[in-house]
Amino acid sequence: MATDYIVGIDLGTTNSLVAYMQGDSPVVIPGEDGLNLVPSVVALDEKNQIIVGNAARKYLIETPERAVYSIKRLMGRGLEDVQDELKLFPFQLADDLQQGEVLRIKLGGRTYTPPEISAFVLRQLKRNAERFFGAPVTQAVITVPAYFNDAQRQATKDAGRIAGLNVLRLVNEPTAASLAYGLDKKKNGIVVVYDLGGGTFDISILKLHDGIFEVISTNGDTHLGGDDIDNLLIAIALDDIRGDLGLDLRSDSRHNSEAVARIRKAVIEAKIELSSQPSAKLDVDLPDGRKYQREITLEVFEQMIQPIIDRTVGPCKQALKDAGLKPEQIDEVVLVGGSTRIPKVRRLVEELFKRVPHTDLNPDEVVALGAAVQAHILGGGSEITQDMLLLDVTPLSLGIEVAGGVTDKIILRNSTVPASATQHYTTQVDGQTNVAIHVLQGERELARDCRSLARFDLKGVPPMPAGLPRIEVKFLIDANGILRVSAREQRSGQEAEIDVQPTYGLTDEQVENMLLESYDNAEEDFRQRQIIEARREAETILTALVKGKNNHAWRELTNEERRNVGTLEKALVATKDGDDYHAIRASIDALNEATMHLAELMMDTAVSTALKGKAMDDNDMQEGPQAGHPMAKADFE
Amino acid sequence: MRAVHFCNACGKVQPPVPVDYFTFFGFPRKLNLNTATLEKEFYALSRKLHPDVFGQADDQERTWSLEQSSRLNDAYRTLKDPVKRTEYLLKLEGVELEEQSKQATEKARATGELKKQVVPPDLLEEMFELNMQLEELRMQKKMGEDDPALIEEISQAKLALEEKHDALLHELKTQWNEWDKVVDASESNRIEIIRRQILDKMVDVLNRRNYIRNLVRDVSEVLEG
Repeated sequence: MATDYIVGIDLGTTNSLVAYMQGDSPVVIPGEDGLNLVPSVVALDEKNQIIVGNAARKYLIETPERAVYSIKRLMGRGLEDVQDELKLFPFQLADDLQQGEVLRIKLGGRTYTPPEISAFVLRQLKRNAERFFGAPVTQAVITVPAYFNDAQRQATKDAGRIAGLNVLRLVNEPTAASLAYGLDKKKNGIVVVYDLGGGTFDISILKLHDGIFEVISTNGDTHLGGDDIDNLLIAIALDDIRGDLGLDLRSDSRHNSEAVARIRKAVIEAKIELSSQPSAKLDVDLPDGRKYQREITLEVFEQMIQPIIDRTVGPCKQALKDAGLKPEQIDEVVLVGGSTRIPKVRRLVEELFKRVPHTDLNPDEVVALGAAVQAHILGGGSEITQDMLLLDVTPLSLGIEVAGGVTDKIILRNSTVPASATQHYTTQVDGQTNVAIHVLQGERELARDCRSLARFDLKGVPPMPAGLPRIEVKFLIDANGILRVSAREQRSGQEAEIDVQPTYGLTDEQVENMLLESYDNAEEDFRQRQIIEARREAETILTALVKGKNNHAWRELTNEERRNVGTLEKALVATKDGDDYHAIRASIDALNEATMHLAELMMDTAVSTALKGKAMDDNDMQEGPQAGHPMAKADFE
Repeated sequence: MRAVHFCNACGKVQPPVPVDYFTFFGFPRKLNLNTATLEKEFYALSRKLHPDVFGQADDQERTWSLEQSSRLNDAYRTLKDPVKRTEYLLKLEGVELEEQSKQATEKARATGELKKQVVPPDLLEEMFELNMQLEELRMQKKMGEDDPALIEEISQAKLALEEKHDALLHELKTQWNEWDKVVDASESNRIEIIRRQILDKMVDVLNRRNYIRNLVRDVSEVLEG
């Protein structure tokens, strides 16, 4: 249905957002708490209810075994390639995990796969959007790091399906960001997007030409980001505590996980502070009643993080080389991701590309905004997007294993997607009816050094003497960067059946089951939730209004305005306890509209008070500028 | 004539027709190709064939769009690169470059198998000299020694090879002109012989060029390693 809303989702390592195209510009949809960012934190409370986002954050400190963060780092990965992650992050793997099985993480007394945990975050974003629109949301565009491989992309798509979303497209994060930037600029030229987020780093070089966004090259590191800075600072703090206070918090990690979580919170705050201040203080209560206190100067901080941010240099140089460009040929540089707020990162980018980077859009939101633009395009678009087209590339070469364990590359990295390659196979022995194909992704020459994607077993080859069958296998990377394989025996013209065994990933059946488990009575669920949430909104605005009436701004309204507000207030009180969602919604909107002027006056008062340097009294502060108009949409940058 | 990718009347995408990359763009099978024109055509066709344009279309149209646009991208990728374009033409004309191809070289390097390596005769003496020097440098590096004079000599040789590599591209391009003339000429027995001669020359240039490229890579590895 064309009337359906298609949302754009940035499923981040640290924070996630949902956005949509409102008229001619993309906007972020805030959560119930009025905030745009939904922390990618999932917790299981004492009643075994899943809690997501800001509300889940307190569990990180109080009951760390009941909360998970940075799950994106484990998406599409196997047991053997997460060993480094396990040392740095408090992920608790399920005890009965088998080799070759999709990872399962302990959360409270339960275990979940990474796609399921991501699905909880997606479901929350879906709810936020449904609450905002007052209508179900079933279609989405989700962003992924450009350097994500096939398995990581597939895992993200699975997460979408488990959350009840039809994922129309996976868009690369830096490319999405360029869409958000390019929307009102419509310039031609070479643009570099440097995206350093919570857990991933991407660099993409694009050529903009009359609305076509053509990615020329991309590179990155799917395990490099702000998380690494946090972990380094935590490690330094733990060393300090052991050295100076003789307390080893590493030894009994289970017992001390709460203290480590506190340290994590403190170092993240210090890191953020150091983006605008010359120094920051750490002050953490330790389990034995003592305190860990330290001051970090900007100079020391920059020295400490140098090795981490230097890891972005290699990918940048490779991307330039692959694009066949010199830094002087770059017209614009765009910064994306929260970690690009660090002044040292900005200086590094400036040196690398000899350009002062753009920072006019909020680096936390720009990817979601771009995803909303792409969602709009896929939904049919409008005048503002009609000339826009994204031509993205595959970040890694696709190969197949040939004799001697060698990788035969059939689609090279930085090929525009969709891209395809055709290979011919035959049989080795008489009457052979199966042919096995091992598909790999990576740049290395030997198969064992590349990433195993899947093993395909071609079945139903007509029995013939060895070497006679001619099986044509077509490998196609679609616009999501995900591989599709089809095969045909050319002598018989028979479509060969393909049995796919993903090396790291869920089978279709597993995803379906997870979807069913989580999808009980979704429709009814949705209606109930809508009413409950609308009631909650009504309460918020009514409470705010009571306070507003005590503010002297109330007296500045005309008699008619006050009378109008009074009538609508009564109407809302009357409808809010009923079961008619639309009636509640309409009353909220009407009262919201009528109190807009009051909210503006209150804001003016608060601002002028602040400007005069006067301390505001309690009354002004309570529902003052921070809360803004109780029903006003959050401030989009 | 360009292959039919979408219906002229209704604009809908059509199932892909198995045509070669030149025909896909409606170009003659010539090697001198205006890359600006190619890019313009690529963008124009992308706007009509890319899956993003079919976000709301039915399954059949979406499948065709996926196949057509992957074909478009494959064709563009091949034709925009002068060497890939020449190799593709040779393949269309039934000439295989397998032995000297990058794939074959990498396979041989990875497995340690000896590859049938055709050393261009005019390079024989130089190669002998360079290989000796490289061997010496490898030994020195193993011992932790470092002879600036030797490194300088090898670097100079590398520079000369890189110049040769570029010069061979020019040589290839002169063959393009010959080839394009033949395409324009009317069919005759005489033409067929010239065709074969040009194709053979192009194979020879590409082989020498690939040989030098691999050599430059080996030299760089020793110098940087």
